[in-house]
Amino acid sequence: MARLNWKRFKDERKNMNTVPGEKKKEKFFGIKPLVVALWFALLFLPFNGLRAAIILFAVLLISIIFFKFLFSYKKIVIEGLQTFHNKIRATGLFSAPSVHIIRSLSIIFLFILPFITTDYLIDVAILAGIYIILALGLNIIVGFAGLLNLGFVAFYAIGAYSYAIMNTKFGLDFWSALPFSIGLTTVSGFFLAIPALRLRGDYLAIVTLGFGEIVRLILNNWDSVTMGPNGIPGIAPPVIMSVSLGKLSYYYCFVLSLVILTVFVTRRVYSSRIGRAWVAIREDEIASSAMGINTTMYKLYSFAFGAFWAGLAGALFAGKMQFVSPESFTFMESVLIVSMVILGGLGSIPGVILGATILVILPEILREVQLYRMLALGGGLVLLMIFRPQGLLGGKGVSLRG
Amino acid sequence: MLLQQLVNGLTLGSVYALIALGYTMVYGILELINFAHGEIYMLGAYLGIILMVFFTAIGLTSYSLPLSLILTFFLSIIFCASYGFTMEKIAYKPLRKAPRLSPLISAIGVSIFLQNYVMLTQGATDKVFPHLFETSTITFMSVSMTYLQFFIILTSAIVMVFLRLFVRKTKIGKAMRAVAQDKIMASLVGINIDTVISVTFIIGSGLAAIAGLMVAMYYGLVNYYIGYVAGIKAFTAAVLGGIGSIRGAMLGGLLLGLVESLGASYISSEYKDAYAFIILVLILLMKPGGLFGKAELEKV
Amino acid sequence: MYLLEVKGLSKYFGGIKAVEEVTFKVKEGIIMSIIGPNGAGKTTIFNCLTGLSNPTKGDLYFSGTKLTGLPPHRIVRLGISRTFQNIRLFREMSVIENVMVAQHHKTRSGLIGSIIRWKRFRDEEKVVREKSIEYLGLVGLSDYPDAISGNLPYGAQRRLEIARALATEPSLILLDEPTAGMNPQETSEIMSLIRNFKKLGKTILLIEHDMKVVMGISDWIVVLDHGVKIAEGLPADIRKDSMVIGAYLGREH
Repeated sequence: MARLNWKRFKDERKNMNTVPGEKKKEKFFGIKPLVVALWFALLFLPFNGLRAAIILFAVLLISIIFFKFLFSYKKIVIEGLQTFHNKIRATGLFSAPSVHIIRSLSIIFLFILPFITTDYLIDVAILAGIYIILALGLNIIVGFAGLLNLGFVAFYAIGAYSYAIMNTKFGLDFWSALPFSIGLTTVSGFFLAIPALRLRGDYLAIVTLGFGEIVRLILNNWDSVTMGPNGIPGIAPPVIMSVSLGKLSYYYCFVLSLVILTVFVTRRVYSSRIGRAWVAIREDEIASSAMGINTTMYKLYSFAFGAFWAGLAGALFAGKMQFVSPESFTFMESVLIVSMVILGGLGSIPGVILGATILVILPEILREVQLYRMLALGGGLVLLMIFRPQGLLGGKGVSLRG
Repeated sequence: MLLQQLVNGLTLGSVYALIALGYTMVYGILELINFAHGEIYMLGAYLGIILMVFFTAIGLTSYSLPLSLILTFFLSIIFCASYGFTMEKIAYKPLRKAPRLSPLISAIGVSIFLQNYVMLTQGATDKVFPHLFETSTITFMSVSMTYLQFFIILTSAIVMVFLRLFVRKTKIGKAMRAVAQDKIMASLVGINIDTVISVTFIIGSGLAAIAGLMVAMYYGLVNYYIGYVAGIKAFTAAVLGGIGSIRGAMLGGLLLGLVESLGASYISSEYKDAYAFIILVLILLMKPGGLFGKAELEKV
Repeated sequence: MYLLEVKGLSKYFGGIKAVEEVTFKVKEGIIMSIIGPNGAGKTTIFNCLTGLSNPTKGDLYFSGTKLTGLPPHRIVRLGISRTFQNIRLFREMSVIENVMVAQHHKTRSGLIGSIIRWKRFRDEEKVVREKSIEYLGLVGLSDYPDAISGNLPYGAQRRLEIARALATEPSLILLDEPTAGMNPQETSEIMSLIRNFKKLGKTILLIEHDMKVVMGISDWIVVLDHGVKIAEGLPADIRKDSMVIGAYLGREH
């Protein structure tokens, strides 16, 4: 395969050199870039004002012409990248045996990390860890079983609030409350799934979205239990052997261990008959039922098992913030988690970890432009769907089926 | 009291119906939940304010208020139609052959993008519609109705009648129905699918613009996040009436408006926004074909 | 002894009668073909037999058990398996995983087992893997267990689907046009494969358009036209039947 492509690239480059120059020129200086630039400038006019529109027009015009120019040399660039890639491969740095060493080294490094960096970095890392658990949970539903869930944040909220309420109202500590939190979340995942699973892909997505919003509205309005929009303060952090994890570096190590546990468990389940059943349902529901899989049951499992991790993540979040309010559980949060899974690659565990890490850390690095965070997320989702629907590390044909 | 709520509900409902038409038309043709449709409505509301402020600044409103209102309507519709058209070309057209859920994710992306675009350019606080005219009230048997409410209901009704005529009688309208029924057959008999899809987006966005403008005038306030909630509600209306059906969207919109305003006054106003979600979830679970539609058969 | 009995099976889609009052019986250990022009209702019968669609009327009995109303996965457990006319593999899964999925109902490991991976889990997994290689061997695919099934050539995909159907360990296999789109050599390979299944004691129900295949391997043939059974009998008799010839070549009025 690789050789075949290689040959085609060579041929195409040869052809390109022989193509007469006139045709190329026509492409560069046609009227089209002008029209496109003008069109977009006009679209932006009412909201950005005249000056910005003119600047935009100029920038667009120049960049369209520039990119057209670049694209005509696309093949050469791709070829160059491919040789680079091959050279890296040839060094053997990334061959199989060293992966284990790298993995163990990086885990050790991650555990040492909090003792050599600033509190701010640890804080971000804890958040990243919580989101990784959350995204791995959603990945079970969306990535493995192929069911788009746009209300995943509801499970996260149930996990967080149930710990918060049990801790502040009934004085239960983290470890006694955790089984209840996770259990409640898992059960609610299961019960939501029972009616929802009869629906086709996009309708299922909307029903789960509706469920997420209903949960948020309840949190917002059921003042006597959830304290409404003010939220619940004063949640105690977990304690292990009379050592409070209120200290950031301890909490970090705690979250990191749970991330490793999550990865370990989801990986093992993925490569068992249960995981195979999920993927089969994702690939072809009718065929999998005709091959003896109880599709309804396994879809339920995926919802419940995914919700399980959301419950854990929720309790961790509440323990970390020591405060919960409905604001943390909006639809945007659901979209963010879905984006982590899609960006990394549906169904790919390393991909999802990468996706969650990127989406937590990137806005922190780009602090100055944080205002544009959501703008970029929105635009990024569109571009991702168009150019790389399988995500960064996903398999080629794995994508959202209906 | 009841009659008063009915009037309010009808006003609200006709706005929902206008937005719902966009959802239902796009779904009928592309089987896509155009998640960003609510944002077009929001853009329409903002455009109304931006244009009216602009016309006030250049003195057109003091010269002739009706003229500036007509111009505002006209320009908002044109702009929103262009937004809808461009949105389809950028975010949905490349995904025509992709698996069903990819365009849905793309639509969510567009929605987030537009919300934040408006927030960044227009600010996160409420925008106020310039106070240019007093609207007087008609009172009939203790039910009062502002001229604006009357105007909203009337405009919606007229627009919907025109839409129905358009879809039934014109060539492009017939082409739209053909594409909704069977895309492949339609293209085989020489209908240009791309044109039909573009026209659908243009019309849907134009209707959303009208809805947005009227809401901006009615409430006097807009915010960058009104599109999300209104979008979900309008989608609920479309599903309620049977998605894909134009008449269903109209009826669904009116029904939802009534349920909401009656629910808010007789049950609880705190959960006002929840009614739509609850109806949405219930209707999808129990009768996904809508109240007036027929149940969909899944093909093996 | 009849393995399968179809009694007065009817399936309507709205006003369209896809299958109307079809009755036939299948003896154990034979190869039976269902033939008929396009739209005769053959695949609909398969869908009813495997629980993918519910019959409008009629009863289906499989070695004495009533099939009507059972969900697909229960029917698989009773011992019926199938392939699809338009290949429906789990395209992103590897070749061997496709076959392993089909043994799902034969295995028991649960969530805890798959996390802890005690001996029972490992043994079960090993058996499943070995059996899968065996099934792949039967269709000549054991050399590429880890290839992604969606990347296989067309003929190999058809064979993999057959291996997958076999892996549910059925006593009755429904093959929906297994030789569609194949060249003569591949077709004859499939024919000998089907004959082998018969030797293994399986009963085969076949939908096929290729008359050479049908006449060559069938023990019994049922002919459908517009959802109605118009003939049934031995291949030699069917060949001569005027109704059948009429259905295929157009009737003279």
